[in-house]
Amino acid sequence: MIHLPISKANERIFDIDPSQAPTEDLRDEIFQLEKEGEWIVQRVPEPYMEVKTKYGRIKKIPVEKTWHHKSCGQCGHIPGYSTSIFWLNRQFGLDYYDPTDQTSCTAWNYYASATSNPEAQAAVALRNFASAYEQGYFPLIHCGTSFGHYKEVRHALVHQPELRRKVRDIMKRLGKPFVIPEEIVHYSEWVLAMRHRIAERQVIDMSNITATVHPACHYHKLIEEDAIYDPEIYGAQRTAIVSATLKALGITVGDYSSWFDCCGFGFRHILVSRDFSRSFAVQRKIEVMKEEVNPDIVVTHDTGCVTTLDQSQFAGRAHNKKVGLPVMSDSQIAALAMGAHPYKVLQLHWHNTDNKPFLEKLGIDHEKMWAEFQAAVDKIKSGEMEYLTWDEADK
Amino acid sequence: MSKNIGYPLDLKMNHYADVSYDEKERLFEEVKADERYHHMLYGCYECGICVASCPSAKFYDFSPRVIAQALAREDVDLIYTLMEDSIWDCSQCFSCDRCPRGNSPGQLITIMREVAVRNGLASAKKALEGYGRIIYKIMSTGSQVSPDMLQPNAFPDWGVHVNEIAENLELWRKALPPETLHTTETGWTVSDKTIIELYLIWHMTGVMDLIEGIDEGLFMILVDVMEERLEDAGYDITFD
Repeated sequence: MIHLPISKANERIFDIDPSQAPTEDLRDEIFQLEKEGEWIVQRVPEPYMEVKTKYGRIKKIPVEKTWHHKSCGQCGHIPGYSTSIFWLNRQFGLDYYDPTDQTSCTAWNYYASATSNPEAQAAVALRNFASAYEQGYFPLIHCGTSFGHYKEVRHALVHQPELRRKVRDIMKRLGKPFVIPEEIVHYSEWVLAMRHRIAERQVIDMSNITATVHPACHYHKLIEEDAIYDPEIYGAQRTAIVSATLKALGITVGDYSSWFDCCGFGFRHILVSRDFSRSFAVQRKIEVMKEEVNPDIVVTHDTGCVTTLDQSQFAGRAHNKKVGLPVMSDSQIAALAMGAHPYKVLQLHWHNTDNKPFLEKLGIDHEKMWAEFQAAVDKIKSGEMEYLTWDEADK
Repeated sequence: MSKNIGYPLDLKMNHYADVSYDEKERLFEEVKADERYHHMLYGCYECGICVASCPSAKFYDFSPRVIAQALAREDVDLIYTLMEDSIWDCSQCFSCDRCPRGNSPGQLITIMREVAVRNGLASAKKALEGYGRIIYKIMSTGSQVSPDMLQPNAFPDWGVHVNEIAENLELWRKALPPETLHTTETGWTVSDKTIIELYLIWHMTGVMDLIEGIDEGLFMILVDVMEERLEDAGYDITFD
């Protein structure tokens, strides 16, 4: 008889040993290519914070000197998402740059319609990286798809010399440096790394709140080894992103069985086949969350996820589905915890599903806050104020 | 290379005209020639993990496993059928990257879609019907969606709050503290120089040729816009 050691599931310890990682550490290749004169590697500026990724490797997250690679979906349709990221930076007095020399990554279109090619996609990415480098700031990527796509682009550039040559040639013809960042960093990683500092400045008690988290597919499924994992969060068996942030703010994070499912965004579906997006978001995500956790709020960290999970619930009401969960980004929740205005900063009027019960549970007088926002809008309308300033947003 | 080996699932929906075996083989060779292809396909355990993870498989007659298997078996008839039908159902979430063999059916579909677009397949034209305005927006402005796209007729299923946004759009955009967000036609302010560089990228990478093959009307509109701005910036470039 063979005697094998047996341990119960809850007694197992999953050691994370970077030396046992099944995938290469791409950064080694990136620096090697720099030594060979292939490109410039933009270093993460000091001071930076260290987090651990899936296989225990250290990832550097810049504190400041960040070049904010904005998201077209966030800025276009849920602008309080990006505004909250900037607001957090301003509250900590950090040096950041909000560029106009930035295009979308164009990956939403690529994944939706395939009306592009790897060379064009890589050139768009490298043009943006070059812009950040020229400004002396380090890219902080707001969109989950941009983040995942840029990691794919970086991987392709490392392993495909011909693609590298073509894109380098394009950059040369544009008169731009051929630069790759040392790390591709998503804003939610910055929020996570800053979570204890955010919690120190917390003015809204959130200990009575239960949230469910939707981790964005393009954050943790594309180049999965680069996503943040933490033994304290689900035993490092799934990404710690967002969950770790919420726990630091005192929020209870509820688990639900369809956490791995996508939100239903589908890229082309959300624009031209929304029956799929609506059905998936409601039936596989929102209803499951309601039945298994019944949270106060859904928190996620990507453009498409906030949009799909939030907007899809309206039609679900007509079919008597179990809907009615407000949806926000981690940046909005973090800003709210630090006392940001729900309409001037979080811009919750751009969201669809009713979030007033959530605000009421936090003791926030949303009627008073809305009146304050309306008063500011009236000033803009009358010409008394050109636009809502940061100072005005904090009044 | 094998001919049709009689795949058990008959996915042929007969929505599209058949083409010769040689043409199907040519298309498949174009898929295989993509440098990414061989890093995305390693065989198949038939474990079904990709299907279980796949959102599209829950709602459509779609299977990432069939994609991987058809390509691995080089079943060019089935591959053609999939390119004329299933590939546009994929959500591109890459949940199927969980594959224990290391396959990426989602990434394989990205390549198959590119080939479908490049060759002007009927499925690509059909899938992109109604999508032209999005391509126009991203290619001409560098921003995929914009605030002024939030119109009730475009998003009737998002409810009355879309009306409210549309009615208050100009004011609400000014009520955003970041100055770059006071725009309505783009997500943020994009400098002229940036747009010109983007157009030059489209020109240098042949993306406009793709557009011409899939939607000539859209191509002509884009050419008008781009050539004029490029000329104003001192570039003598044509997309023909």
